[in-house]
Amino acid sequence: MRYYAKRIGQSVLTLFVVVTITFFMYRLLPGGPLELMRQQLLQDMATQGTGQANMQEVNRLIELYTGFQPDAPLYVQYYNYIKDIVVHQDFGKSIWQNEPVFDILFKAMPWSIYVSVYGLVLGFSTNVFLGAFMAYREGSRFDSGMTGIIVAANSVPYYAAAIFMLIVFSYQLGWFPIAGRYGPATTPGFNVDFMVSVVHHSILPIFTGFVVGFGGGALGMRGNSVRILGEDYVRSARLRGLSSRLIAARYVGKNAILPMYTGLMIGLAGIFSSSVIMEQIFTYPGVGWYTFGALENRDYPLLLGSFIFFTTITITGITIADMTYSLIDPRIESGGEDESF
Amino acid sequence: MSRSDSESAADYLADIADESTGPLSRRERFDRFVEDSIRTPFRIIWGDLRTRIGISILLAFTLVGTVGVSIVPKPEFNEAPRYVPPFTNWAVPLGTDGYGKPIGKQLVHATPAVLEIVVAGAVISMVLATVIGVTAGYKGGRVDDILMFITDAVLTIPGLPLILVIASIFTPERPFVVGLLLGIDNWPGLARTLRSQVLSIRHESYVEASRAMGMSSPHILRKDVTKQLMPYITINAANAARGVIFESVGLYFLGILPFTSANWGVIMNEAYQTSGVLSNLGRIHWMIWPMVTISLFSVGLILLSQGMDRLFNPRIRARHSDTAGEETATAKME
Repeated sequence: MRYYAKRIGQSVLTLFVVVTITFFMYRLLPGGPLELMRQQLLQDMATQGTGQANMQEVNRLIELYTGFQPDAPLYVQYYNYIKDIVVHQDFGKSIWQNEPVFDILFKAMPWSIYVSVYGLVLGFSTNVFLGAFMAYREGSRFDSGMTGIIVAANSVPYYAAAIFMLIVFSYQLGWFPIAGRYGPATTPGFNVDFMVSVVHHSILPIFTGFVVGFGGGALGMRGNSVRILGEDYVRSARLRGLSSRLIAARYVGKNAILPMYTGLMIGLAGIFSSSVIMEQIFTYPGVGWYTFGALENRDYPLLLGSFIFFTTITITGITIADMTYSLIDPRIESGGEDESF
Repeated sequence: MSRSDSESAADYLADIADESTGPLSRRERFDRFVEDSIRTPFRIIWGDLRTRIGISILLAFTLVGTVGVSIVPKPEFNEAPRYVPPFTNWAVPLGTDGYGKPIGKQLVHATPAVLEIVVAGAVISMVLATVIGVTAGYKGGRVDDILMFITDAVLTIPGLPLILVIASIFTPERPFVVGLLLGIDNWPGLARTLRSQVLSIRHESYVEASRAMGMSSPHILRKDVTKQLMPYITINAANAARGVIFESVGLYFLGILPFTSANWGVIMNEAYQTSGVLSNLGRIHWMIWPMVTISLFSVGLILLSQGMDRLFNPRIRARHSDTAGEETATAKME
């Protein structure tokens, strides 16, 4: 129980640190976002000719968009920033979309999670089975052939794969749509047309996620399995005449999967990172797409908001994964209380 | 095979004879060092076809990035007609882009910057990951807690969005700085993996034996623990290099990093921004060649890492190398 409490506490603390980092990036950097925004607003006022660009008006606008009072003392700003995020889920207002940041991202989030997690899970499970099987057949033609294929597949960056799929399947063959989350003719809701359209639009993005998740995992799994195959307990299991299927599943697979589990957690961060480029290529308006748009439009409230969103999703995923880790490896739970040397 | 065995056996006998007459001369010690730490590992690596290809690819890229740049002239606008398809005009073997610039020349001149990014990024992530991961796993207790908290914090911050935010504020221009920036994002994964490996290794009997013998922590970490992790570190070194190159090219492709240095991603960005490149098969080579180049580079990295696995993993080496027999023979004699 202590372990779980500790894990959750750690996650909350991490999140807190990240939010603090964004605050300092936002506020303290010389020439940072707030400064840029002030200049932008001053310039806008000057060109629009709305009379004298006065500081008070600029500060009011900045406060409207970011929730900051630029002339308040730093600790007050920090306190208000944290309070806004935690209590009111107020991330400020997007300049580019002219809508509250939270609303934009909250609506975009399910799409990103749907596409990313699907792809990651697909890629990860393929890794585990393939890697274990290759290790078991180490040195065989299957092993070297599969290694070759994996090396080739891993060598292609996911965005290159995405562009390639877009060229072949969307532009040339016309099997899949070029952009969007669902067909414009369908009405969002619980109807067959809409759901088919959603699946149809998401196949290429999901496959891109699969490419990301597939990564080096299979070879890592193979490496672990090879190491474990050399352990004494596997040899004695073999000498006891256990079937190779049983050895593969119980003795090798179970142990080799442990380091892979860490890989899955990292994969979570990676997959959400990749969605920035992926969603841009497929014009799939998820959190990643808005992140990039915010960057292009110098929309700092949205940019930092989506950064916090990404981090929150990832931390939640990793905490869940980490807490289930002790289920498959009992040693971990006592890990913290081990004698230290 | 047997010839090299007998040769080295003769060497060994000669060494014994030397030892009986006096200490080794500097030259002999040097020879032995070359034999043990350069020639034998190289023979093991070179004995594998995949590694041979991997090293050749990386060497070729290094040559292109160093010598090739001074041989191949800089690409110019309208050097040739626009959109020349590849393999039709041998003055421009890979074809030209929408500005009449030869794509092959552009790829060559982007290589030095890419190499700089990869080296800077891979080195910094390896060092950070190994030091932090191994120390945390072995030491346990408070040290582990603190190091893992830092690792988790960096790990859970999604890399690309973080780099987007930093890049939008700082706009790094030198490739070396871009590499360091990307390296910061690439170490936590390996650090955690190493830690979870160390957690099980620290209970192995030989580690406990070393500790019972009163060996110091740094000694045990270096000799007993890190050696076991070498396959993982090297595989991940290549993975980190791959991660850095993928991310950097991706960022240049999106147009987020300033185009102050040439990069394969910059070429992709120009192709992507030009309408009609993706849908027109006659222009598609503009997009495809940089993608092929990145993929080829990363094939080299992956194949090399597999070879390193062979080098460091005695279990695999025993099965694949000729020198293994020699080593056990030496051990017996001692």
